[in-house]
Amino acid sequence: MEMVNVIIDGVQVQVEKGTTVLQAAQKAGINIPTLCYLKDVNAIGACRVCLVEIKGAKALQPSCVYPVSEGLEVLTNTAKVREARKAVVELLLSNHPADCLNCVRSGSCELQNLAQQMGIRENRFLGEQSVFPIDDRSVAIVRDPNKCVYCRRCEAVCSKVQGVNILGGIGRGFESTVGPAFGHNLDDINCSLCGQCVNVCPTGALAEKDDTQKVWAALADPDKHVIVQFSPAVRITISEEFGLPMGTISTGKMVAALRRLGFDKVFDTNWSADLTIMEEGNELLDRLQNGGVLPMITSCSPGWVKYCESHFPDQLDHLSTAKSPQGMFGAMVKTYYPETEGIDASKIYSVSVMPCTAKKFEAARPELADSGYRDVDVVVTVREIARMIKQAGIDFANLPDEECDAPMGVGTGAGTIFGATGGVMEAALRTVYEVVTGETLPKIDFEAVRGLDGLKEATVDLNGTKVKVAVVHTLARAKEMMKKVRAGEADYQFIEVMACPGGCVGGGGTPIVNALTRTMLPDDYRAIRGIGLYNDDKNLPLRKSHENPFIVKAYENFLGKPLGHKSHELLHTHYTPRKLYNLDLND
Amino acid sequence: MNRVENFEALKALQVQESEKLNVREGLAPTQANLARHHVLICAGTGCTSSLSGEVKKELEAKLVEMNLDGEIDVVQTGCFGFCNLGPIMVVYPEGTFYTKVKPEDVAEIAESHLKGGQVVERLLYTIPGTETKAQDMSHIPFFQKQQRIALRNCGKIDPERIEEAIAHNAYQGLGKALTEMQPKDVIQTLLDSGLRGRGGAGFPTGKKWMFAAGYDADEKYVVCNADEGDPGAFMDRSVLEGDPHSVIEAMALGGYAINAHQGYVYIRAEYPIAVHRLQIAIDQAREAGLLGKNILGTGFDFDIDIRLGAGAFVCGEETALLTSVEGRRGEPRPRPPFPAEKGLWDKPSFVNNVETLANIPAIMTKGADWYTSIGTEDSRGTKVFAMAGKVNNIGLVEVPMGTTLRELIYDIGGGIPGGKAFKAAQTGGPSGGCLPASALDTPIDFGSLIKAGSMMGSGGLIVMDETDCMVDIAKFFLEFTQDESCGKCPPCRIGTKRMLEILTKITEGEGTEADIEHLETLAQTISASALCALGQTAPNPVLATLKFFKDEYEAHIKEKKCPAGVCKNLLQYTIDPEKCKGCTLCARNCPADAITGTVKQPHTIDPAKCIKCGTCIEKCKFGAISRQ
Repeated sequence: MEMVNVIIDGVQVQVEKGTTVLQAAQKAGINIPTLCYLKDVNAIGACRVCLVEIKGAKALQPSCVYPVSEGLEVLTNTAKVREARKAVVELLLSNHPADCLNCVRSGSCELQNLAQQMGIRENRFLGEQSVFPIDDRSVAIVRDPNKCVYCRRCEAVCSKVQGVNILGGIGRGFESTVGPAFGHNLDDINCSLCGQCVNVCPTGALAEKDDTQKVWAALADPDKHVIVQFSPAVRITISEEFGLPMGTISTGKMVAALRRLGFDKVFDTNWSADLTIMEEGNELLDRLQNGGVLPMITSCSPGWVKYCESHFPDQLDHLSTAKSPQGMFGAMVKTYYPETEGIDASKIYSVSVMPCTAKKFEAARPELADSGYRDVDVVVTVREIARMIKQAGIDFANLPDEECDAPMGVGTGAGTIFGATGGVMEAALRTVYEVVTGETLPKIDFEAVRGLDGLKEATVDLNGTKVKVAVVHTLARAKEMMKKVRAGEADYQFIEVMACPGGCVGGGGTPIVNALTRTMLPDDYRAIRGIGLYNDDKNLPLRKSHENPFIVKAYENFLGKPLGHKSHELLHTHYTPRKLYNLDLND
Repeated sequence: MNRVENFEALKALQVQESEKLNVREGLAPTQANLARHHVLICAGTGCTSSLSGEVKKELEAKLVEMNLDGEIDVVQTGCFGFCNLGPIMVVYPEGTFYTKVKPEDVAEIAESHLKGGQVVERLLYTIPGTETKAQDMSHIPFFQKQQRIALRNCGKIDPERIEEAIAHNAYQGLGKALTEMQPKDVIQTLLDSGLRGRGGAGFPTGKKWMFAAGYDADEKYVVCNADEGDPGAFMDRSVLEGDPHSVIEAMALGGYAINAHQGYVYIRAEYPIAVHRLQIAIDQAREAGLLGKNILGTGFDFDIDIRLGAGAFVCGEETALLTSVEGRRGEPRPRPPFPAEKGLWDKPSFVNNVETLANIPAIMTKGADWYTSIGTEDSRGTKVFAMAGKVNNIGLVEVPMGTTLRELIYDIGGGIPGGKAFKAAQTGGPSGGCLPASALDTPIDFGSLIKAGSMMGSGGLIVMDETDCMVDIAKFFLEFTQDESCGKCPPCRIGTKRMLEILTKITEGEGTEADIEHLETLAQTISASALCALGQTAPNPVLATLKFFKDEYEAHIKEKKCPAGVCKNLLQYTIDPEKCKGCTLCARNCPADAITGTVKQPHTIDPAKCIKCGTCIEKCKFGAISRQ
């Protein structure tokens, strides 16, 4: 790689040709402030917060896109630069509601941070503010364009990372904002509700729909038996909300915190992840042996399922009919659990803590009521449960480790790794191999399907039958894969798809990692979180779903056998072909 | 038309076709079977909207009726430039210049002039200040100081017939380049000519081509900017309507120079006539082998497609234009990388404006030395201006660079109507500025205009008189930029809005002395930090008016008065009791019931109720109501 010498504020640094001034400055120990820039997602030079002086250039230049060249001289901290940046932020603030005190992003807002960093104590440019309707009709995501700073990070993640392309610049001049075309709301269009836009929004313009009040109300209701499940990725990502290092496993503290919030029982979605493997693994074997539709594709990721229903409604036969771990848990907690514990199922209120905004949509699906009730009553994201824990004054970081409750509180390492891309595949292979061959796996770790590569492939020999599998994450890559599936060119028997980059650890309901942190971390934050899950798996006594004694017990005492009658009734589902728009555009 | 096999054939064809147009040079037809009269009728947008199409139809029908259709050719042409006298008709070989020709004038022209040889005097142009009728264009002052290069064929040929373009040397420059010159020679000729971009910034065109030629890539593109967005400017439209082949030829030359094989013309959909004629021209050029594969048998391939723009002003900015051609929301992107390196679809490209391109074939055929002999050291050649506002002659004029504003406004434009005083000339559109009377002797070239406090821009020239309020003008342009901002960067999206709010406040009499300072701060911020030229130059109309007309701002702020009598909120309507006869007409017509009084007694206006609509002034027969 060709190296070039650049002088930044008098400091000479050597950087690769093609890097930007912003990156070069970081090497010189200077973090130039940014707003629209987001590493690997958005570099459009739009917000003008990262302006610097370039020797020889007439105007100030955006460092996030300005390429370095040999001998380039940059000044990042002149009076002119400081004044321009400050003025730009003042202008942004002049068209931004000054309601920081009651904004969900107060404290984690990048605009607020900039205002502090620039030392803005008064605004010279106050004036009229643009007024947009708030889009809060979807069950998962709230768009408040009044707080939009038009950084386009959501647009970039939606189009480039996810390939969904439903967010884009609309309006002109002062009325410019980002949203779905023609001012539609997210519910009217084919939004997957993956929440990646929320994860990249620097302000409160995009947020999860807050359902914490529903949970508080249930907890306060003496007639309700309130149980909670929390998903694999929650135990790793919750740590960041309480100042613990990224990648720290906090399963025990999470259980303790949920108990202190007042839940009657604290269960673990890892348990139903194991159950999913039993059903989905056997479904794969059934399809392989009985000429079923192949490749079979996982269905645990609700953003992916909704996307598939909208964009590939003709390919739904490929989706595993097995419900997601949340869905299976929901059906079991209002059937199996009350039956074994002698509780009135109608009193059970089922709360789910997820790293995911789309899980709110999944829980609201009409077909997820096989227990005779709503299987899952409410879903809160990691961010929401963290807010509840903070509100309750619970000192999370210093809590003792506690264990989940029986009979749905024990999961294996196979369940844990559901939270990372490739995890479902690996968990399934661990079980399918042993079920088919009757032998113990010589090596339990399937390294080929781990990590953040866009497409991971592996071939497994099941008693002489070679099974080829693939793993993709992000909807853009899912789209590419589905085009191959549709064309009959996907030479696989089993495919894992996760909507979010990195899988659930990168979910739209996980703690927000701001732009600067993303730049400064030694690795992609989703990789760090994922490695934490694999470490957890390594340290757990049980690492294969079919060896989970509580799963074995559930089949013995209640379900019968995988793919049996009761399983079909409670643990499997069907999918709904959807249109790209839920409205008549001729209206 | 048959395919033109090589450059020699093209040269022969030019001779053959130009003989057919002899009549338009004042000569007798070369062959007995050719028409003795050519009647040219302007079919530009301006004359079309004043029914020149009807005039043409009427004349054709009349000639058939008179059995003269074999002897007289009726030809549609591009714009003559004298737009406020349209529809314009020129009869050759005499060169008789008829103005404001209506369909009902056609019979007389046919009978009297075309049949009887008697010119219809009443339709001739009267030279101002005299009783003299101008017999042809050479006697009309409007045309006398003009020199047409970009518009050389507008008003001379039928733009829908490639034969007529060829007669006027179309594609000779291309033929010469393809057979006698290396690509680098083409670029060198352009560099030597000193041609600078006519779209606004004045970047040397040869350099643009040279940079694009310097990058290696599997594909490169030539892009023509026909998005012409400055309010009032219409020279690009006129070139495309009147001489589309000059643009096609120049693009092909550009393709040869940088090794590109595809060109795009990005043109706004509001230009239907231009789009239509350009498409016809492209089709005819393809058929003639002057576009497409193996042009003139030289092995060079080049083709052109049209891309329609939806009319966003910002899409005239080259990177926004490229983004729009790519099918995305038209927004500028940061430079570097410049289009020469990463242009259309990230391939090396250049973007040239229509007027710039229209100059190039002439430069190629006549040489760089000829071109540098016109204009000034700083700015070679000519510039087309769309003259509008408070000036007698409204239209399109092309003058050598270095012509002064005074010559343009008074000699060509015929001065200010109604004996009013000149106040300012606005050049450069929303990115430019207003120059006061003291700057009237500024020679028009890129450098001098900037030095004087404005800029060339794409050639809009709006003349203002004493009844124009400069604060209101600044507000007008800011409204425009604010409306047309793409919104991408905050300085332009929000900053221009804040400037507009302050200007609105001042025009409504709510301004404070601190507002001028605020305007200056905002202007500096926006100029220093906006992403593209549209944003960076958006404060210019305010800065320029502040520079030359600060007293007007101060009158609005301190005295709460609009000296030009434009800003409604600052006006007071009063009835002079001496002059008022008490006829009650004003009171009966006042929509706000603000006027009271008894019959035959002087009336009064309640300023609290008055909405300043001016109806009372219009109705008063005694001149008793004044507005101050």
